[in-house]
Amino acid sequence: MALHGADVIRFSAGSLRGFPSRTVLMLVAMAIGVCAVVILTSLGEGARRYVTGEFASLGTHLIIVFPGRSETAGINPTTMMGETPRDLTLDDARSLLRNHSVRRIAPINVGSADVSWQGRSRDVVILGSSHDLLGLRHWEIGQGRFLPQADLDLAMPVAVIGSKIRNELFGANRALGKWLRIGDRRFRVIGIMGSEGRSIGVDIQETVIIPVASAQQMFNTASLFRILVEAKNRNAIETVKVFVIDTLQERHQGEKDVTVITQDAVLETFDRILGALTYAAGGIAAISLAVAGILIMNVMLVAVSQRTAEIGLLKALGASSGQILLLILTEAMMLSTLGAGAGLLLGQLGSLLVRQAYPVLPAYAPAWASAAALVVALVTGLLFSLVPARRAARLDPVLALSRR
Amino acid sequence: MACRRYVTRSPLMIELVHIQRNFQVGDQTVHALDDVTLNIDAGDYVSIMGPSGSGKSTLLNLLGLLDRPSSGIYRLNGQDVTLLSDIRQAQVRNREIGFVFQMFHLVPRLTAAENVELPLLLAGLAPEQRRPRVARALDELHLSDRSHHKPEQLSGGQRQRVAIARAMITRPRVLLADEPTGNLDHQSGQDVIHILEELNERGITLIMVTHDQEIGRRARRQLHMMDGRITRGIE
Repeated sequence: MALHGADVIRFSAGSLRGFPSRTVLMLVAMAIGVCAVVILTSLGEGARRYVTGEFASLGTHLIIVFPGRSETAGINPTTMMGETPRDLTLDDARSLLRNHSVRRIAPINVGSADVSWQGRSRDVVILGSSHDLLGLRHWEIGQGRFLPQADLDLAMPVAVIGSKIRNELFGANRALGKWLRIGDRRFRVIGIMGSEGRSIGVDIQETVIIPVASAQQMFNTASLFRILVEAKNRNAIETVKVFVIDTLQERHQGEKDVTVITQDAVLETFDRILGALTYAAGGIAAISLAVAGILIMNVMLVAVSQRTAEIGLLKALGASSGQILLLILTEAMMLSTLGAGAGLLLGQLGSLLVRQAYPVLPAYAPAWASAAALVVALVTGLLFSLVPARRAARLDPVLALSRR
Repeated sequence: MACRRYVTRSPLMIELVHIQRNFQVGDQTVHALDDVTLNIDAGDYVSIMGPSGSGKSTLLNLLGLLDRPSSGIYRLNGQDVTLLSDIRQAQVRNREIGFVFQMFHLVPRLTAAENVELPLLLAGLAPEQRRPRVARALDELHLSDRSHHKPEQLSGGQRQRVAIARAMITRPRVLLADEPTGNLDHQSGQDVIHILEELNERGITLIMVTHDQEIGRRARRQLHMMDGRITRGIE
């Protein structure tokens, strides 16, 4: 006696409709569980994408050179003697171009100075660099042009300003071609940054970029803050890294006094950490799914005892234990499926709201998380309804029917 | 072989041989049925009477395969049904036996038609085959205009008629009725009894538990029970 699939579904749907409060309760429990998984993983995934995106915006195949060496040991003789590491110089930077795997470099100098125009002034981060910085960092110029291609030693009085600086200093006036005062020097505005420029810690819209030699003169220093080196391709990164270390060691009398990090390594680390975080968040949220499963079990147990008479009757009418089991399991599975579906929708809605509230956070639930939530919901729904279903199937029809 | 012998003698439907049904209550064993031996012919009209606790409901449940004897043999149509698997027993209940209960036991969320349809649904019959049979069954019991009503919208008499329609939908050969008039007013009870008797006249074996003497005496064969034994009515 095989039941028709459609009959099973219609009958189970009927009994779900017959006890609306119970059905709604279980749907909500399941939906919350799945929703939690979707939203938490989408947050984790959003954070991961945000951070990796930020790092990618630094540039691609990037090698960053810092002066000074980071040691694993906390205190070493150098720190005890207060010896400062050798500076990175423009010559160091220039020497790094002598490798066919290096595509371009950009020396960077940072300081802050008072920038003023016609009485308006503000304190601004000044970035000293070169023409290649623009392409290296994937920035875009909004108006005018970037620093000209010129010798690194040439201290030209030109500046590229961020759009926010432009608005604050010039307001409605035309900024291109105007002479700015930075510190005690005068610079001509030759370009304004496009709105896309973004980098960790520094809002490019609030900085002024001048040639590196000009910055060195202004801050009275020969040293560089960073040297950015771009390898020709991903495979060349390691070669270039070794080349950079070797070259600078040679130039610094055999001292390994620079730190070289590859942006890919940093990226990978963050990617791993945040990926693990997403898994952890998903795992924690999965606990709420298990709780939902237990709730389903309890409520189904109550449902079975509420309906002993009905189950006894079905047996009297010729339902086998297997058929009762099938009916109760179908009911539970419909609940978990509907609940999980609702939870998925809610979760998507939730992450949509997160994306609307924080547009920088690409909070999309990863497909694996949604699929896993769905599978876990269905499996817990099935597992936890086995107990009540078996109880129903074993129900003694005599007792069930004689209860008055 | 055994089967043929019965057929040639008389159409023996039900055969209980030394049936024992014991319940464990604490450390005491209660003999709900104590060595019951009983034959019922096909087409017979049997009433089972006795005080409550005398074992009449246990006997009916056992006849309906809702309960298994502790020992003894129960043959239905010559087949020992106590040895059947759960699934086969369910099939026998579905095809051979109809139940009518004192409490009607209609599924409250289903309409009259859907309640009547249940046994066919459980038998795995296709919907298009079920519908005409349900319609005919309801029509025979003058319930056509009530087919889409829920049980709560029906009177007691109507509910019991729906239950009878449901019991008869698989065309069983035995109809077991457990106090079918117990929850009905006198007039509805009379109607239900007349319906059951009419079914019996058309050939169904009717076995009815009642403690209403007036109803019980209408049966061709009257069994009296006391303390798990049949005290009167064995030929």
